Amino acid sequence: MPKRTDIKKILIIGSGPIIIGQACEFDYSGTQACKALREEGYKVILVNSNPATIMTDPETADKTYIEPITVEMLEKIIKKEKPDALLPTLGGQTGLNISIQLAEKGILDKYKVIMIGADRNAIKKAENRKLFKKSMQKIGLDLPKSGLAYNLSEAKKIAKGIGFPVIIRPSFTLGGTGGGTAYNEKQFEEIAARGLEASMISEILVEESIIGWKEYELEVMRDRKDNVVIICSIENFDPMGVHTGDSITVAPAQTLTDREYQHMRDAAIACIREIGVETGGSNIQFAINPDNGRMVIIEMNPRVSRSSALASKATGFPIAKIAAKLAVGYTLDEIPNDITKVTPSSFEPTIDYCVVKIPRFAFEKFPQADATLTIQMKSVGEVMAIGRTFKEALQKGLRGLEIKRFGFEGINYKDKEQLEERLKTPNSERIFYLYEALKLNYSLDKLYELTKIDRWFLENLRQIVESETRITEENLLWAKQLGFSDKQIAKVLNTEEDKIRELRKNRGIEPVYKLVDTCAAEFEAYTPYYYSTYETPFGKSQIPNPKSQTNSNIQYPISKTTEDEIRLSGKKKIMILGGGPNRIGQGIEFDYCCVHAAFALREIGYETIMVNSNPETVSTDYDTSDKLYFEPLTKEDVLNIIDKEQPEGVIVQLGGQTPLNLAVPLEKCGVKIIGTTPDAIDRAEDRKRFSELVDKLGLLQPQNGTAVTVDEAKVAAGKIGYPVLVRPSYVLGGRAMEIVYDDKALEYYMQKAVWASPERPVLVDKFIEDAIEVDVDMIADGETFVIGGIMEHIEEAGVHSGDAAMVLPPYTLLEETIEKIREITQALARELKVVGLMNAQYAVRNGTVYILEVNPRASRTVPFVSKAIGVPLAKLAAKVMAGKKLKDLGFTKEIIPKHISVKESVLPFVKFPGIDIILGPEMKSTGEVMGIDSDFGKAYCKSQLAAYQNLPKKGSVFISVKDADKKPLLVKAAGKLEDLKFEIISTAGTAEFLRKNRIKVKVIQRVSEGRPNLLDLMKEGKIQLIINTPSGKAPRQDEIKIRSSAIGLGIPVVTTLPGADACARGIDALIKGKLEVKAIQEYHKVKI
Amino acid sequence: MNKAILLLEDGTIFEGQGFGAQGEVFGEVVFNTSITGYQEIITDPSYKAQIVTMTYPLIGNYGVNEEDAESCKPWLEGFVVKELSAIRSNWRSTMGLDEYLKKNNVVGIQGIDTRALTRDLRAQGAMQGVISTNDFDATSLMRKLKSAPRLVGRDLVKEVTCKEPYVWTAKLQAPSSKPQCYKVVVLDCGVKRNILRNLVSCGCKVKVVPAKTTAEEILKLKPDGLLLSNGPGDPEVVSYVIETARKLLGRLPIFGICLGHQMLGLAMGGKTYKLKFGHHGGNHPVKDLKTGKVAITSQNHGFNVDMKSIPIKNTIMTHLNLYDNTAEGLENKKLKLFSVQYHPEAGPGPHDAQYLFNKFVSMMKNA
Repeated sequence: MPKRTDIKKILIIGSGPIIIGQACEFDYSGTQACKALREEGYKVILVNSNPATIMTDPETADKTYIEPITVEMLEKIIKKEKPDALLPTLGGQTGLNISIQLAEKGILDKYKVIMIGADRNAIKKAENRKLFKKSMQKIGLDLPKSGLAYNLSEAKKIAKGIGFPVIIRPSFTLGGTGGGTAYNEKQFEEIAARGLEASMISEILVEESIIGWKEYELEVMRDRKDNVVIICSIENFDPMGVHTGDSITVAPAQTLTDREYQHMRDAAIACIREIGVETGGSNIQFAINPDNGRMVIIEMNPRVSRSSALASKATGFPIAKIAAKLAVGYTLDEIPNDITKVTPSSFEPTIDYCVVKIPRFAFEKFPQADATLTIQMKSVGEVMAIGRTFKEALQKGLRGLEIKRFGFEGINYKDKEQLEERLKTPNSERIFYLYEALKLNYSLDKLYELTKIDRWFLENLRQIVESETRITEENLLWAKQLGFSDKQIAKVLNTEEDKIRELRKNRGIEPVYKLVDTCAAEFEAYTPYYYSTYETPFGKSQIPNPKSQTNSNIQYPISKTTEDEIRLSGKKKIMILGGGPNRIGQGIEFDYCCVHAAFALREIGYETIMVNSNPETVSTDYDTSDKLYFEPLTKEDVLNIIDKEQPEGVIVQLGGQTPLNLAVPLEKCGVKIIGTTPDAIDRAEDRKRFSELVDKLGLLQPQNGTAVTVDEAKVAAGKIGYPVLVRPSYVLGGRAMEIVYDDKALEYYMQKAVWASPERPVLVDKFIEDAIEVDVDMIADGETFVIGGIMEHIEEAGVHSGDAAMVLPPYTLLEETIEKIREITQALARELKVVGLMNAQYAVRNGTVYILEVNPRASRTVPFVSKAIGVPLAKLAAKVMAGKKLKDLGFTKEIIPKHISVKESVLPFVKFPGIDIILGPEMKSTGEVMGIDSDFGKAYCKSQLAAYQNLPKKGSVFISVKDADKKPLLVKAAGKLEDLKFEIISTAGTAEFLRKNRIKVKVIQRVSEGRPNLLDLMKEGKIQLIINTPSGKAPRQDEIKIRSSAIGLGIPVVTTLPGADACARGIDALIKGKLEVKAIQEYHKVKI
Repeated sequence: MNKAILLLEDGTIFEGQGFGAQGEVFGEVVFNTSITGYQEIITDPSYKAQIVTMTYPLIGNYGVNEEDAESCKPWLEGFVVKELSAIRSNWRSTMGLDEYLKKNNVVGIQGIDTRALTRDLRAQGAMQGVISTNDFDATSLMRKLKSAPRLVGRDLVKEVTCKEPYVWTAKLQAPSSKPQCYKVVVLDCGVKRNILRNLVSCGCKVKVVPAKTTAEEILKLKPDGLLLSNGPGDPEVVSYVIETARKLLGRLPIFGICLGHQMLGLAMGGKTYKLKFGHHGGNHPVKDLKTGKVAITSQNHGFNVDMKSIPIKNTIMTHLNLYDNTAEGLENKKLKLFSVQYHPEAGPGPHDAQYLFNKFVSMMKNA
């Protein structure tokens, strides 16, 4: 069937900021879709509020709107662009939800926009629990017993009928927000209430618990001729009860017979047909009772998902790309398989390796959060590993997680009781407790009873543990085949990693690289997508005529070899090291930079080699670079690839801290790191050397020192004076960074800092209070130094730059201060001989500029700056690292845009109920959005809308600030809100201050003083905005309660004074001015 | 674990560990790309005289059970895997794969680079090979390999067909309430049980007869239709089945599957040829040329019908393999016959082509 000619312009909606449950997989899918549709000659209109995406690059779509994903803004875009069709299935749950809203509000009809892929009915049937259940019953599929409730009493009645434990799932949310398992009535009431709240339509499903059942997923595709194929089957290591995003998962399914698998396949096909997803991909989840095989269908996502990104990377089948082509009318058999070239896409990939995905968590960032894994997703990233066996893939995955584990290893525990508790209750470290239990010779049956993890997985783990003790110098190949890293082997043999590497290489024990080819080698594969494995050598005897019947003079062995499928080219090559699994502090921004490097280097004639382990990313799309190695980013794995490929240079400065940490070790092994030298990187990262650098240049730095012990720290702090900022060296995202106000807190911090060592001391800096923080991104080629952007933080210094809102260009700094910052940045870059990117952070107080830190690498803000100024900095940086000059590339002068760009962070507090939301030096945000407009108020307002902060147009504002914040800026903000007809409510202290400044205030008693209080008003919907700055070092319990309840209720909370001011200005813009939409291509007419 | 060797006639030699039975076996080495379904593959009579290597590396995970056997015993000569599971984990499992193969005297080898082996077979085509757990002298093994009987030109059907006729009554597991009102004779060239189950579920009374049963004997049973079953090896040498089929052309509705399809092609005066490494797997796309729809099919054949060689008029090609554009089905409406090269009965594999059994029933109904 040919493609549709009745549509010409297609609207694609992205998934917005990265949040838990919705990460860069939708940049991957959206980017693929844009490419695929434009290839077919369609005009693509793209909307996404997240600037750190490849899809929002001006080249990806015809028109790109970096605007809030709200109904109002989308209507404006639709009105302006008049698209013919909307493809709702590629932007995650966000894209799907907004599409439904656009349809239900009649906006799509009004502007004659049709939905392609999945229509409103199909989406509703899949997403609405009641309709879904009815549909599945109609086609004879079994489901867990369940009932729908719209209020608490209904819910209780259903729960009684089923019996505890029951699962509560709210309809229309993302990542399982608000759901949970209740084992008794008390828990039930709490979770059910939360679920009703979280659901967009106040609907929850109360369901029979099938905790402990085997969990499976199938990735399904359908075309408009009703051809259906299964792309991949996935079996969860963690059984039902843990969100699939938080489970270790394995592809393909391991413990199903063909009969059972085909039964599931039939069910999946029946499901996609009944739901009516006309074309595209869907993800369908099943559970199987391990005792009798009863299979129930759990849910269906009528769109591409995190699992489809995983399935694409696991099989080589580009689901999103194909989904886009199917949406415009092609059928599967009309689309060629890119990898084999000769076969069509109407087939089911078959694989000859095992894929393991392991989630990465960030509980260290949220110590108060409940770290139990449930049906609500809590992980922030994932790693994927490929091996020829499960054992190999699992060990590769574990070392690829970058959590200082080098394979399947153990963990400290108190006693057997604690160990068993950790096995019983799912948690992010359960796999390591399993190691300990196996060490203690727990039987598989006992472990199964505790964990319900399938015995097949447990047996494989047992084999690893058992084999570990048998490793000797003589059986290294065997050990490597089991996935052991050199580091693990070194530990067993009591030696160094490098020694094992040497020993291995001397004996010719090196990995081979095999292809991910969709077909288990049945056809030749043309796409160079590799993974490593250790294979058994085999012999090849030479016979003159192999099929001759007469010749039997065979000699064996001529030689024994292993088969390596690497195709080495004679081209100049550059290797780019990616960022590994997403985590807070290192996410999509760095993948964006790596992708740009691949594009840029290809433009100037290099063969590009990408190494990464994160399946969600664009960088691990097989056509982003010339060669893709899906491998853990460890020294061992990277060196192995370098041994084979021998690239001219390796880029480490774009993937975040992961590759940066490899810079020095790789260079020591003779690898050429291009761009800024590892020595210069070290000068900036090493505290002592950095201080020398600052002194040499005659610049100013907050007073500082280093310490390994408590006493040293106290001495340093005594010299500097409290408050001090303490943190480890060589980390990203402000990991373990704290502001400390006295000796007691310092002692406490140092006791926790067990990682501290003379090589990695604790850094102790003077904390400059009430300063404005500034971020600068610069690009340099060693000769020319150009500022990319200067960003003023809205929140005062002390809030991690990754969490702070930022404005480009600065909005309150004096021109002379800005000039001073320029000069200092130039001087630093010159001294460090920066080739590539550099980020510097400053604190400004009363016109004095202090250097906080310098990072000679790509920063988190590079994509934001690139979009704000219209210059792809990461691309330029890659070219510069390859030897090009900025002069020749045409970028020699800082661009100061006329428009205002605001970057706002998005925080995951809604997933961790009850914890305080105050920002500090430890980064906590998962993603970011961009607001762009002609003035600050509008741009800020857009950034808030994009970050899902419901800035109110009217109503009541609660204001309560600490004494130090009772200053003119508060009066200004409150005055503006009063002018805008908001009612102002305060507690006594703040009210008194505001009244003194002639602002009308209603007083309300403190939460601790009785009822009715603020919490009651909040619940009744009588508070629309909260301005609450934390009082002192240890915030009071009632404040925490207010702030965390506000998050649960969706009431915007502002926790800093400058934030309050910005917020008032944003609301002013929202009320007074009409927000207009403008494509990024209209902002930047000139292209570099 | 004991040592085992796999030697191919091109001189490639893999050293691994033996499992299943001890011994020395010869056969044509082929690869199968199905991820699941090793038990069905092992018990499929079509694999007689072949050594099968599974491209999926982890085999044996779910053991074996009573229900999933496609015949009474394993037929393949040898079995090659990357890693045999040390444990079986499935609620239906009754025995481990290793034990099952031991019991049924099948020699297996594991721990070799099965992907390298597959790539070799892809490049060179299917080859003769030997697995040995007792002779590790390559020169001696090669000598034996050269003198072992080859697959082409050998009648393997006579080795796998039933000795006596029997009635089959078991249905598929899926619920079906159709009454059995059509009498079908299945000419057993090595029939898979799932074909029989499908027939019963579609409303057929099934009688299975030995491959050497003559046309006259079949007609005497007064069937409504004839099914020519799947089976092993080279179709051209099974002259007695071709002869039977030829005599029954136009006299009974006929449905041919796999080898049965090839027999039908030959009976109609056509020719067959050998494919380079054959089709063995569960993911081949086959297009129904009438509807344009694509079915994902189960495949297991080394020979193919040359459609152009069939002289009988109005014989059309009905199905096409989208991987390599080979013929996958033929039909002659006037002669009331159709056949497919692939396996609509699945077992193992997808159920997309099950509709063909209904088609056979309609053909009998309208006959």
